[in-house]
Amino acid sequence: MNPIAFLILSVLTISSALMVVFSKNPIYSVLWLIICFFSITGHYILLDAHFLAVVNLIVYAGAIMVLFLFVIMLLNLNKETEPHKPMILKAAAVLSGCLLMIVLAASLQGYAQQPPAIITEEFGTAKGVGKVLFTDFLLPFEVASILFITAIVGSVILGKKHVND
Amino acid sequence: METIFLIDKTVIAFIAFAITLLIATYSTYAERKIAAFMQDRVGPDRAGPFGILQPLADAGKFFFKEEIIPDTSNKFLFIIGPGIAMLTALMTSVVIPWGGSLNLAGRDIPLQVADLNIGVLYVFAVVSLGVYGIMIGGWASNNKYSLLGAIRASSQMISYELSMGLALIALIMITGTLSMKEIVEQQHGMNWNIFYQPFGFLLFIICAFAECNRTPFDLPECEAELVGGYHTEYSSMKLGFYMFAEYINMFISSAFMASLYFGGYNFPFMDSLGLSQNAITIIGVFVFFLKIFFFIFVFMWVRWTLPRFRYDQLMRLGWQWMIPLSLLNVFITGLVLLWYDK
Repeated sequence: MNPIAFLILSVLTISSALMVVFSKNPIYSVLWLIICFFSITGHYILLDAHFLAVVNLIVYAGAIMVLFLFVIMLLNLNKETEPHKPMILKAAAVLSGCLLMIVLAASLQGYAQQPPAIITEEFGTAKGVGKVLFTDFLLPFEVASILFITAIVGSVILGKKHVND
Repeated sequence: METIFLIDKTVIAFIAFAITLLIATYSTYAERKIAAFMQDRVGPDRAGPFGILQPLADAGKFFFKEEIIPDTSNKFLFIIGPGIAMLTALMTSVVIPWGGSLNLAGRDIPLQVADLNIGVLYVFAVVSLGVYGIMIGGWASNNKYSLLGAIRASSQMISYELSMGLALIALIMITGTLSMKEIVEQQHGMNWNIFYQPFGFLLFIICAFAECNRTPFDLPECEAELVGGYHTEYSSMKLGFYMFAEYINMFISSAFMASLYFGGYNFPFMDSLGLSQNAITIIGVFVFFLKIFFFIFVFMWVRWTLPRFRYDQLMRLGWQWMIPLSLLNVFITGLVLLWYDK
């Protein structure tokens, strides 16, 4: 892994993630989030996970963020109309964010001591990921797809209900 | 070794970039000449012999026009919008295999900038980013017509991306690889994918028309009835960039159709001619460009043949016809593959 590329990407990821939170204009937040996803894609490429990198681009940067932009552009949110949350809500948000960080840090604690996994020829390619998905992780994969079907059916029903009203 | 490799790739990237721009420029000329031919007119014939300098005159006109940036617009995003549209249009050409490999001074130089093992997916990723140039430009104009035009354009592109992906999945099931170079190499000797996936190609070409915002799917522009869609507020070369990006997209998608379905740089009897590897490669590049020009012609031909869809018709076609049909295509392809595997 190239240390200079890693450094540049990490600075870009963290600063763009911070800008998402600090931007006053919601559109800018979304655009910074897109840049953040791009730099995460760069990390995946550095880690030899090409398939994951391109899927991250297609799904997150290409589809989900477009929907975010759609909604925010149509609502036309801006500084003047932004509602100001009460102080107690802000405090609760900070507290729960810190708790989440502690949980994440605790769960990742043991990983530094483990030896790095061996990277085979097929690692990270569409072939390698496909084989693993359809052998070792078949059940979680199928369950996730059922979850998706449920979500699709649910959104269609919600959309239809709106039309009939 | 590493530096020579980098120099090779840089040179190929620059040549590909120059050729893309040149062809996109002359597509505007070809479009006007073909339109004139189909409507029994002469077309542009003042600038140079047969009007051959017309694109240069057009570009000069765009540069010298007054540039208006609306007062209430978001200036930064307004300026960056056409740039993003151009960037995403140019990025796709990285994975196109322009030809076989040239043998220069004992080294084999493949005429492709990067042979990614996820080439087809890379194209998808870049195509799905193409929406941003339009959306950012439309929103930053701070004009409701621009915003509505941008939303129209991007929902059209998102809808047709899905069936385009499904049409390509059927192709990938046959080829078994995502690398553009391998897909082209497999079609050696008239073994073109169009014979195995004729229906998939039909779906793909329809989606390509929709993705490029070309007639019959040019609702985002609707130059004859609407104010102009997402680029209503744009003037001068920024408008030129949006238009130019559209022509680049047309060129690139023609290149994809030629290389995915029509054999790329392969041509019949290429082994029995008895020529050297370099000669075959150079002829192959010419053949590839002939195929691309044919598809660009088809794009223009359709423009003067079919009327424009209405917006609800467009959405109905995209969601209720194209997606089920492409799913059916994937299903049948899978069945046939299973059958022959036995």
